Parts: sequence; structure tokens; C-alpha cells
Amino acid sequence: MINRFIQNAGWPRIIIALFLLGLFIAAPFVGVRVDTSLSNTLVRFGMNGVMVLAMIPMVQAGCGLNFGLPLGIIAGLLGATLSIEWNVEILARLIELGAQYKISWLNEAFITTWREPIGFASAIIIAIPIAVILGWLYGKLLNRVKGDEMMIATYVGFSSVSFMCIAWLLLPYKNPTMVWGYAGRGLRTTISVEGYWLHVLSDALSVNINGHLYIPTGMLIFFAVMAIIVWIFMRTKTGTAITAVGSNPEFARASGVNVDKMRTISVIMSTVLGAIGIIVYEQSFGFIQLYMGPFYMALPAVASILLGGASVNKATILNVIVGTFLFQGILTMTPSVINSYLQTDMSEVIRLIVSNGMILYALTRKVRAGR
Amino acid sequence: MIRKLIDLIAGNAVPAIFIIISAFAIPLSGFSASYLVQELLTRIGRNSFLILSLLIPIMAGMGLNFGMVLGAMAGQIGLLFIYDWGVVGIPGMVLACLIGTPIAIVLGVFCGAVLNRAKGREMVTSYILGFFINGVYQLVVLYLMGWVIPITNPTLLLSRGYGVRNAVSLVGIRGVLDNLIPAVISGTTQTGQFLSTQGSGAFLMFQLPFFDGTIRIPLATLLLIALFCIFIVWFRKTKLGQDMRAIGQSQSVSDSSGIPVNRTRIIAIVISTVLACYGQIIYLQNMGTLNTYNSHEQAGMFSIAALLIGGASVSRASIANVFVGVILFHLMFIVAPMAGKNLIGEAQIGEYFRVFVSYGIIAIALVLHAWKRNREREASRRSLRGNRGGR
Repeated sequence: MINRFIQNAGWPRIIIALFLLGLFIAAPFVGVRVDTSLSNTLVRFGMNGVMVLAMIPMVQAGCGLNFGLPLGIIAGLLGATLSIEWNVEILARLIELGAQYKISWLNEAFITTWREPIGFASAIIIAIPIAVILGWLYGKLLNRVKGDEMMIATYVGFSSVSFMCIAWLLLPYKNPTMVWGYAGRGLRTTISVEGYWLHVLSDALSVNINGHLYIPTGMLIFFAVMAIIVWIFMRTKTGTAITAVGSNPEFARASGVNVDKMRTISVIMSTVLGAIGIIVYEQSFGFIQLYMGPFYMALPAVASILLGGASVNKATILNVIVGTFLFQGILTMTPSVINSYLQTDMSEVIRLIVSNGMILYALTRKVRAGR
Repeated sequence: MIRKLIDLIAGNAVPAIFIIISAFAIPLSGFSASYLVQELLTRIGRNSFLILSLLIPIMAGMGLNFGMVLGAMAGQIGLLFIYDWGVVGIPGMVLACLIGTPIAIVLGVFCGAVLNRAKGREMVTSYILGFFINGVYQLVVLYLMGWVIPITNPTLLLSRGYGVRNAVSLVGIRGVLDNLIPAVISGTTQTGQFLSTQGSGAFLMFQLPFFDGTIRIPLATLLLIALFCIFIVWFRKTKLGQDMRAIGQSQSVSDSSGIPVNRTRIIAIVISTVLACYGQIIYLQNMGTLNTYNSHEQAGMFSIAALLIGGASVSRASIANVFVGVILFHLMFIVAPMAGKNLIGEAQIGEYFRVFVSYGIIAIALVLHAWKRNREREASRRSLRGNRGGR
């Protein structure tokens, strides 16, 4: 029974889970509050959860781990910055529409109260079509390079991020809170979302017990909703076809599934989830990080899902939840606990070793069914 | 004849594009010819060795060895020790190599063993392995050095008493190899007189007309690189080299003809890692400063980009690709920021453009390779099916 559990979970996962447990136990002895750590872990879980969720469709479709997540992130960044740029116009337009179609509740008072959630929703609404287009192109590309997806995805991510570095400088953004003050053009490296949609999800329905235990209920609910959407999608006809393509492309083709189409759909879905994921991340973090910001963002997401027990060609929602919690837990706990013990910040090194060690472990694992 | 020319251009599309970009960017940047030649010579000396270390794994069919950063890290550890011990000059470099070699061999064996477990996705695995070992390297250098590993020189350590500082000046070995055999090309002054090179201490002097300024040649470094090229040519003809090429063609055929596939693959990676270690030491003796936590990260990316720009692919790379690549890549490196500044008024754009091109070119090369391989696979499957399956 124990042996089977170990076999199912895999040694690296158990070691890391025990390590995390040890950190939580050790925390009070070095003067770190467990409830504060736990709420930090929950906040980070909510921030990163959707981006980890973005791994599922591509893994299931046999496209491997989505190292090209930065592409989705870019769509999200475009959505986020445009929602701020057009914030005033969007709100004004909504009031106009309310007047035009005689929708009594869509009035100025309503818009003013709900301007932050509307801004957040507009960021997502702008990001999704961009993500769909980018994802479609990206999917077409990956269909031509079957077998080498992961390496190419990595470099598609890198080159798109560096391409956008040029674009952020040149795009005609005007909003003074976003562009460099002295030049009057070119977006800043970090843009605050305060006054637009800071903490709209995190603070919605949030619970704060004794000033230390804070639960970002709204963000967790949002993650749950996204997870349920993905769960339902993977059980629809299309979702089942995607899984079939991932498990055995030849068999899927023989049973009349359009392999390339299913792969493209999965890539689009991954990219869209990546776009939504980064917006959720930003509303909690408080800043939009442009330029080289999204560069290495795929690695933590990839490491999280693998830590949760996913393999290169199989991933479930449970993997996402367990993995994100473990990974973010370690990221939260190591700086606070180990630092107070050793008086140094080893978190960065531990993060590097754990996350990349996890990816390596997954890549070198003998896969039972050949792809 | 025209067909051949088209084939030549199509086969070398990447270098051709770069020549065109450079042709526009050089005049825009406004740099003088002698400045460019000097910079290029320096950079050829600095980077070629690192890039050459990539050739052997490609020969063995293992793709681009992103794990070469492992060797770079080994070299850096060697350099940290010689700094600590105060060994300078050529003996210092040799000692750094001697310290780096066993570390590189151990890392190479580890890397090779890991890659043997991940056949078919060597590149992504070696890439992640680079990050993983980078974590271990940071653990060693940032925490263990000066605590577990004795470091006597306090200027090497952070103020807290352990861990190596972020930037280490390698003044003791700076340029020792480059200037071992001083050589200078001198041109004419504006009035047409040859510049005097007396008193420059140069061992070799060349004088060229129609050329301004003087150019220093890192002759010893270039000789070492030439020697190494000869080594690669010779190595290809040895039994081991032939085995590697056979494995690169087909692992299963090599296996059935008695070549120890896994062992040979490990040897290929070990050689590459050790050479990357020497390459990084040569690179850093030219730079003169060691960025303890960054120098190695760039080594891999820039070397791979340069090799691909030189017209190499994931499965085929020659010595010529290395030199064409290093010239074209670094030409762009030098001129892009200035060209960007003169064109748009912002040097940052040229800088980002350069980064974009480095990554973009790797992406394109990988895509073209995978695409071609998939088409060939499809074609061979179709030929097995016979004509009736000619969809």
C-alpha cells in the first residue's frame, strides 16, 4: 500500500513534499508565523494557478510541455496595457451603450462603482482574441515540427519576448502612467495597475482572520472556475479527441480525428489560458512587467505541473493543484524559514535546483507508451 | 549553373540574410573599417573556441549541445581558484585549465548519462540541465566557497565572509594569451605615410596601404584556434570520430555493427564540455572580468546563435560555419546598437533587435531542421507504401 503510493507519487515529489512539511514545522521555531506563510502560499497559488493550468491542453495533445508560454503571456500583457490605455474610453462607451439601448442599470453610477472589475474584464476580453491569433499561428508552426516541439517552443517564447521588447518601445501608447516620463513614449519596464484593477480578484470576498491569515477567496474561486472549464472541456468530444491525439496519434487518425486540428486547438487553448493567467498574476502582484519580464516565466509553470505528478504527455487538474501548491509553498517558505536560520537568502538557488531538477526528472523518465 | 547558384543561396539562406542586414547596418552605424576589423579580430579570438566545442556533439547526432554551459562553469571555477592563489600569466591560465578539466569531465559524464536517458530530446534536456547545474554552481560558488571550500583571498569574497563576489577582475591573466605574440597591422596616416610601429613592442608587424590606424592581432589565440581546427579535422578521421558520425546517421545500425552507442555519446559530450571549459577560459582572459553569476549563461546562447548564423544546422556543422558565423554574428553585435541609434534615435532598439535576432535565428534553424526531418520521414514512409499511396 505504502509502496504503491510511493510508486504513484514518485520519489522527487515525496522528498519535496516532506521538505515543505519540514519547513512548515520548523517555521514557528525560527519566528516565522505559520498562518502568514500559509496565506502567502495561497496568494501565490492563486497568482500562478491559471498559468500552470495552461500546460494541460498541450501536454494532453502530445505537444509536450508548453515552454512557449511567454507567447500567451505577451497576449495577456497586450490586453493588460491596452485596458489601461483605453480605460477611459471603454467606460465612456459602456455608459453610451447603456443610454442607447435603454439599459437602466448600465448607468454612470454603476460604471463608477464597478470600474475596476470592468477594467479587469476588458483586459481579459482584449487579450483573448490576440491569444487566439497568436496561438493559432503557434499551433500551425508546432504541427510542422512534431517531435521537436519543446525546444522550438522555448525559442518561440524567447524570440517573441525579445521582439515585443522592440514593440513596447515603439507602440504608440499615450497614457502617462505607462510611458516613460521624459521621452513621452515607450512603455515603462514595470507599470502599476493601481487605480485600474489592482487586487480586483484577490480582494473580492477575501477573508482576513486576526490580521495574519488572509485568504484571497475571489482569486481562488476564479482559479476554480478556470479549472472546471478546462476539466469540462477535456471531457467534451473535442477534449477527448485531443487526449486521443496525445496518447496515440496514429490510432486517432485511423478513427477519423483530425490530428493537426486537435493539436492547434490545444495550443490555442494553452495560449489563451496563459494570457488570462498573467492578467490574474498582475492584478495580485500589482505591476505589469514588460520587456524581459516574461522571459523565464514558462519554467516555474512547467516545473509546477511536473512537481504535481504530470509527465511529458499526461497531465490532470489534480497535478496542477498539487504541483502549484508544492512549488509555491517552497518558494514562500524557503526565503522566510531558511533565511532566518542561516541568515542568507538561498531561495533563488533552491528554486533553480528544484524547478529544473523536476523538469529534468520528467524529461529523462522512461515513457511507457512511445509517442 | 544558375540552378547551382540558387541551390547555394537556398542552402545558405541564413548567412545570406545576415550579409544583407549587415550591408545595410554597417554604413548606418558609421564605424570605420579599421575599428570593425579590430573588433572582429578580437571577437574571433574570443569566441571561436567556444563555438568549435559544439561541433563534436553535432557530429554524433546529439544536436546543439546546450550543455556546453557546464564546461563554461567548470572553467570559471578554475579561474576563481587561480585568482585566489594569485597565479598569474600563462601559468595561471594553464593551471585554470588543469583545475577545470576534471570538473568538466565529471560534468560531461553526468550530462552524457542524462542525455542517454532522454534520447530524441537531447537539446531540450541539455538546455534544462544547464539551468539545473547553474543552480548547483550557484550553491557552490555563492554559499560553499569560503565556507566549506577554503578561499584565502578576502577580495574574492562577499563582505559577509563567504560566497564569491559578483564581478571578479581577472587582471592577472587579462589578455596574456592574446598578447603572447604581439602582432600589429599598421595602415597609413591621412597623409599617406605609414604609421610608425617602432616602440609598440610588436614582435610581428604588417603594413598595409589605404588603411587608417593600427590593428592588434591576438596571434597566439588565433594559432591555438587553428591548432584546434586541425585537431577536429584529424579527430573526424579517427576510429572514435568515425563511430560518432555513424551514430549520428543511425543509432540502431551503429549498435548492431558493434559500436558502443551510449558510451560514444558520453565521450562526445565529455569532449565538448572540456573544450567549452577551455573556450570559456580563453574568452574570459580576453574580457578581463568574470561575472561570476552571468558569464556562463551567455556563453551557450551566443555560441549556438553564432554557429547557426554561420549556416550550420542541428545535424550538420563544419569549421567554416563557425568562422562565417562568428564574423556575421559579431558584426551585427557591433553595429546593431549604433545603427539603431542613428536610424531611430534609440540605441536600445538596436540592442533589442540583436537579442531578437539571436533568439529568432535559433528558433528558425530549429524549425527548419525539424520540418525537413519530418518531410523526409513522411517521404520515406510513402516510398515504403509504394506508388499506390501517393496522396
